[in-house]
Amino acid sequence: MSQYKMHVLVCAGTGCHSSESNLVYEMLRDEVERKGLGREVQIISTGCFGFCEKGPIVKILPDNTFYTQVKPSDAREIVDEHVIKGRSVHRLLYTDPETMEHVLDSKHMGFYKKQLRIALRNCGTIDPENIDESIARNAYQALGRVLTEYSPQDTIEIIKRSGLRGRGGAGFPTGLKWEIAGRNEADQKYVVCNADEGDPGAFMDRSILEGDPHSVLEAMAICGYCIGATKGLVYIRAEYPLAIRRLKTAIAQARDYGLLGENILGTSFSFDVSMKYGAGAFVCGEETALIHSMEGKRGEPSNKPPFPAQSGYLGKPTNVNNVETLANVPVIILKGADWFSAIGTEKSKGTKVFALAGKINNVGLIEVPMGITLREIIYEIGGGIKNGKKFKAVQTGGPSGGCLTEEHLDTPIDYESLTAAGSMMGSGGMIVLDEDDCMVSVAKFFLGFTVEESCGKCAPCRIGNKRLHETLTKITEGKGTQEDIEKLRNLGSVIKDTSLCGLGQTSPNPVLSTLDNFMDEYLEHVHEKKCRSGQCRSLLYYVISADDCIGCMACKRVCPTHAISGEKKEVHVINQEICIKCGACMEKCQFDAISLLNDYPRVAVAINN
Amino acid sequence: MNQKLSIAPEVFTYMEKVTGADGVEVIVNLPKEKIEKINDICHSFDNDPRELINVLHETQHTFGYLPAEVQDVIAHNLTLPVAHVYGVVTFYSFFTMIPKGEHPISVCTGTACYVRGAEKVLDEFRKELDIKVGETTPDGRFSINCLRCVGACGLAPVVLVGEKVYGRVSPDGVKSILEEYKK
Repeated sequence: MSQYKMHVLVCAGTGCHSSESNLVYEMLRDEVERKGLGREVQIISTGCFGFCEKGPIVKILPDNTFYTQVKPSDAREIVDEHVIKGRSVHRLLYTDPETMEHVLDSKHMGFYKKQLRIALRNCGTIDPENIDESIARNAYQALGRVLTEYSPQDTIEIIKRSGLRGRGGAGFPTGLKWEIAGRNEADQKYVVCNADEGDPGAFMDRSILEGDPHSVLEAMAICGYCIGATKGLVYIRAEYPLAIRRLKTAIAQARDYGLLGENILGTSFSFDVSMKYGAGAFVCGEETALIHSMEGKRGEPSNKPPFPAQSGYLGKPTNVNNVETLANVPVIILKGADWFSAIGTEKSKGTKVFALAGKINNVGLIEVPMGITLREIIYEIGGGIKNGKKFKAVQTGGPSGGCLTEEHLDTPIDYESLTAAGSMMGSGGMIVLDEDDCMVSVAKFFLGFTVEESCGKCAPCRIGNKRLHETLTKITEGKGTQEDIEKLRNLGSVIKDTSLCGLGQTSPNPVLSTLDNFMDEYLEHVHEKKCRSGQCRSLLYYVISADDCIGCMACKRVCPTHAISGEKKEVHVINQEICIKCGACMEKCQFDAISLLNDYPRVAVAINN
Repeated sequence: MNQKLSIAPEVFTYMEKVTGADGVEVIVNLPKEKIEKINDICHSFDNDPRELINVLHETQHTFGYLPAEVQDVIAHNLTLPVAHVYGVVTFYSFFTMIPKGEHPISVCTGTACYVRGAEKVLDEFRKELDIKVGETTPDGRFSINCLRCVGACGLAPVVLVGEKVYGRVSPDGVKSILEEYKK
């Protein structure tokens, strides 16, 4: 890297790629070539910077200039102004929403200030398709040290002391998991990397695989050494073509360098990695289901015990770790367990990557120390709620997590505190909701997801969730009763207690947590037939304004259910009992006399009757 | 073990005898080239039943979808019951038994897209094309599907037409997206 005077980093993560960052890269490269600067300026396409809201991102080193929303047509100006004349292109800089000033250095951006990037350390810094850049950033150093200096038990001790816990959701201590798998004797063992990131709205694993695949491969090899496995498998979603491609490239390069394969680094340890593809089933994130899927079967979970550490892939002891968990391992080995355990809270050490999305200004991928508060994440890193609306809730933990409210904003986040608040860490999805979101609809949305993704093996999950979803639908259609609310709570706890796997055991969380925190909204839907945010279509009412209606009969003629009454030149009235809310009247009215309200128009009904 | 399909032969245009790796002979309604292609795919995975999902990926990539006849051939190559193959195909949402349209439209209904209005965008596509989710237009031009999170949450709501990604789509923008492909 050293012969270049300047490096231009172009984000090639999926988010930026979708807004043509590949063209930005090509235009910059061509422009640099055209100006004869090809030997001095290097254009690199990197993994995700995390700041997806303002993509495509271009960052220029050494001065750390951070350009946002760069279009292919901006390439020439960046090269002419910044690269040649040394003046930054102001219109492409990030503008601080508070001070309205351009921010030159990304370190001073609110989005990055509070972040601590360990798992994402190389994302947005290196070219993920070039192993030399990874090696320059210490890749495979930890593997080397482990193989030559530590015994498997020493290494497991380090991981145990670091306090690292599974980042896929459940938070099981990683060192302990390795120890158990290591203790079981077998002729063959397997290390599996779970990259079946199924949570809608969470994309940290993909970003790590796209931006820094070698850190995951290195950690898998370290794990293999610790538990005595020579084979590694990455189970990855087929929906992640870019991550698959980069991982394949990385595996091939690591083999070339002797960092995977027979006798790694001249030692007696051999380890190789191959890939297995998922095919779109959320439940396959559960480790027993994942193992069945890898064996070519339906991804249905099975009872534990036996745990995968005893009998996993092809009946052999198998250790399954999530991508983000693995990405932490090499750094822990290099910097030590004490360094890692100094970060975070008492029981949750290190950092966590969250995918911040929804009604928030800075959508993106962030990595923060455990123990940070939701307020810091949402208002300082996330830049607050979009369009100046009011914060209502934040949904954490994916479809099986729960909704947290304003009162939880100052709770330090870790595995325990989120569970205590009725949600969970999950894989780290964080969806921010504002006053325009209906909490009953949100719960229904998540249940719709679980109903579709339930594998159907056990009855509580298969039938119970379907009933929950039906009851929620009934409520959003304005047909709910008080009894339905009781039913939701009872059924929800039964499903939690009796389901076979983690999916069913957590799927009622969105319902239960919204019942706890937003009961008033449920009651409004049931008793007042009102949806305060106006999201439930059945609870919206077309009303004719007496002041604007001239009695032209146009709406009356177009109404398919004859719900509109009134003679010529008289004010018309809609009978809410018959109205099917098709909106034809509103479309037809030339005088803007018809409006859509979310309050039940009792007066109008009284007149009609 | 005689697993001949008991369907009247004259219904089909193509009739081919297939002998699977299990030595069982079946009659399948597929042209010979297609059967050979499937056999090749299966062989490339050593006819290993554990590789079923990879075989299905490859086959769907080649044919666009996985009709019953194709599953039949795969089952016989991998020495699996057809029911097992069918079970796997229907379990995973990535596999489809219905051919997709020339321009498959996928609306992301992940949480981030949902809270930013994906459902209304989906409704607009359904209305414009007059088909349901999972269906293909009668002329075979378009099909609509939902998918869960492409991870471009910064661009929510997101719609994919083929491989092309459209970000921040509003219901009003649906018509103009379709226009691009109607020419």
